[in-house]
Amino acid sequence: MKPIDIVRLAERDLDLRRSYKYRINVCCSSGCLPFGAEAVLKAFEEAVKEFGVEKDCKVARTGCVGTCSVGPVVVVEPGDYLYQNVVPENAREIVKEHIVKGAPVKSLLYTNEAFFKKQHRLILRNAGKIDPYNIEDYIAMGGYSALIKCLTKMTPKAVIDEVTASGLRGRGGAGFLTGQKWSFVARASVNPKYAIANLDEGDPGVFANRTLAEADPHAIIEGMLIAAYAAGAEFGYIYIRAEYPLAITTLKKALDQAKSLNLVGENILETPFKFNIDLRLGAGAFVAGEETAILASVEGKRAMPRPRPPYPATSGLWAKPTLIQNVETLANIPLIVSNGGAWFAEIGTPRCSGTKCFSLTGKISSPGLIEVPMGTTLREVVFDIGGGIPNNRKFKAVLVGGPSGGCLPEELLNLPIDYESLAKAGAIMGSGGIVAIDDQSCMVDTAKFFTDFCVDESCGKCVPCRVGLAKVKGIFERIMRGEGRLEDMKMLEDAGNYIREASLCGLGQTAPNPVLTTLRYFKDEYIEHIIDVKCSAGKCFKKRDEG
Amino acid sequence: MLDKFMMQHGHRKDALLEILHYAQEIFGYLDKDLLAHISVSLNLPPSHVYGVATFYNFFKLKKPGSHIVTFCLGTACFVRGVEEIISAVENEFNVKRGETRADGKLSLFITRCIGACAMAPNAIVDNVVVGKATPETVVNRIKLALGEEKVEAD
Repeated sequence: MKPIDIVRLAERDLDLRRSYKYRINVCCSSGCLPFGAEAVLKAFEEAVKEFGVEKDCKVARTGCVGTCSVGPVVVVEPGDYLYQNVVPENAREIVKEHIVKGAPVKSLLYTNEAFFKKQHRLILRNAGKIDPYNIEDYIAMGGYSALIKCLTKMTPKAVIDEVTASGLRGRGGAGFLTGQKWSFVARASVNPKYAIANLDEGDPGVFANRTLAEADPHAIIEGMLIAAYAAGAEFGYIYIRAEYPLAITTLKKALDQAKSLNLVGENILETPFKFNIDLRLGAGAFVAGEETAILASVEGKRAMPRPRPPYPATSGLWAKPTLIQNVETLANIPLIVSNGGAWFAEIGTPRCSGTKCFSLTGKISSPGLIEVPMGTTLREVVFDIGGGIPNNRKFKAVLVGGPSGGCLPEELLNLPIDYESLAKAGAIMGSGGIVAIDDQSCMVDTAKFFTDFCVDESCGKCVPCRVGLAKVKGIFERIMRGEGRLEDMKMLEDAGNYIREASLCGLGQTAPNPVLTTLRYFKDEYIEHIIDVKCSAGKCFKKRDEG
Repeated sequence: MLDKFMMQHGHRKDALLEILHYAQEIFGYLDKDLLAHISVSLNLPPSHVYGVATFYNFFKLKKPGSHIVTFCLGTACFVRGVEEIISAVENEFNVKRGETRADGKLSLFITRCIGACAMAPNAIVDNVVVGKATPETVVNRIKLALGEEKVEAD
């Protein structure tokens, strides 16, 4: 395959796509499958045949559009008519009315336009629109054209300059400048160099990376190829959680297809560039997402972090320079190369360019996966896109950034979402989890839940995290037994600060965040638990009441 | 089969996680003999293999029951009240979290986030995800699963 062959392939498939008047996209990702998406897909295929419109209407398996709470969902193009809670029995009606007669079935449509209105879908550009099992679909949408541009018209340095100009920052949570990271690896003189795509989405409550891999695996692979070209890496691993079987299957298929088109392997597109990619499965360790822990895990060891420096960019896998990027970061790369860094820098805020995916869950009317420009406020996300709190309950807090994020109260809802603002409020961007909490949840109980999680997931290597968190857990248990003392609040705060300052890795440094933010913003609840031995939310002291 | 798989990986030490995954897929869990066999084949100290197998939550070192119910204890499931469902299952079926019932028919496991948070709370009964779960739906599913076994035995 030469670059021109890919261009021809793209033209051919785009023509094919245009030859259909309608396209029925049936979401078959992890969100919709348990609710019978496969049967829905089959029903549509049969219905299209039954009405004899298979030449006008393509039925496709696709990834997720984000409205996971009303699955299975089906999108009919043109016009992006979104049908919700579709059952196989609806297929005939939709085909008959919408495809044959041209009148959408209003009673089955998803009506919450607000969910999409404030979104800006770049990373999820193809999600729900292409068949993830079909590389031609991706190529028809302009896929791999950025790789061709790099290999034929740009030097590695020019690629790095473009990414640097975009201002893109790592989406794994820390927010390090991507272009800078690439230049560190490019500058290292040791060979071979490696690249790792981090898909160890360990944060409970987060499913953005999974959705991306299931909906648009080639965006990850293309981003990785460009990163490898720019940084001079020869071999790459996609490190993915074993808990995501569908994403694993999808990526495996995508890699095989990319290899068969000579997009991955030796002499890619008949240029001197070579890059191989393997999958590596995680096995359920939250800490493995940390960049030095992921190195250990890829090497087949316990995922325990080590001190930095040396940074992975100089000494990573098998002590060779290694570029580690989150898959969401990588999915931005083809867009930046195609449209230019300056174009990307215009989106979002000056210090935080681009968009970010958020998994919106918890007590919220429209949970799902969303993508918004950086700088969007929490209020817009929770109330405008998410539709607020259901069942007339009262909003209490929003947890941003996963189990090591922070619980933020209503007063902070106008906070713009960017790395610095969140850090200042005591939360983190993390991998983009936003969990809404209503007045039925107890903040002390919630903080305890996250502490338990971090105690379980602490790798046990450094003392502040291993012993400190266990102490914090002990204090919580004492409070929950009704034996809390007022000094406990001070002790929790001190312990939290020590753990934050003295821990080796990101897990320990952020683990006290839920405790510290709940102490900061919901102190009254702690006092209630300690002094009155009472829980307004009715979560704690249950056994005691029953006894 | 496992030996062939290890050979495909050239007995590379860094393929240990892949090999443990594969072994668990075939045998259902990793017992000590199996781990010892892997450590000899890969020329790794047994302590290293055992250390890795126990470090990661995904690997099971005890034989699970013939039916498995797994609860997601991710944040979204927690906020949406999965704890109540777990307690209901514990009481109904006399099984404790993380353990297998004495008759070996039912195991109750907890996992960290299966990423289906929009349908929280989630349970997995014998590999089938039960989304938007309630105590009733999960208890019924398990009863159904256990009942099927009886029918087969007859």
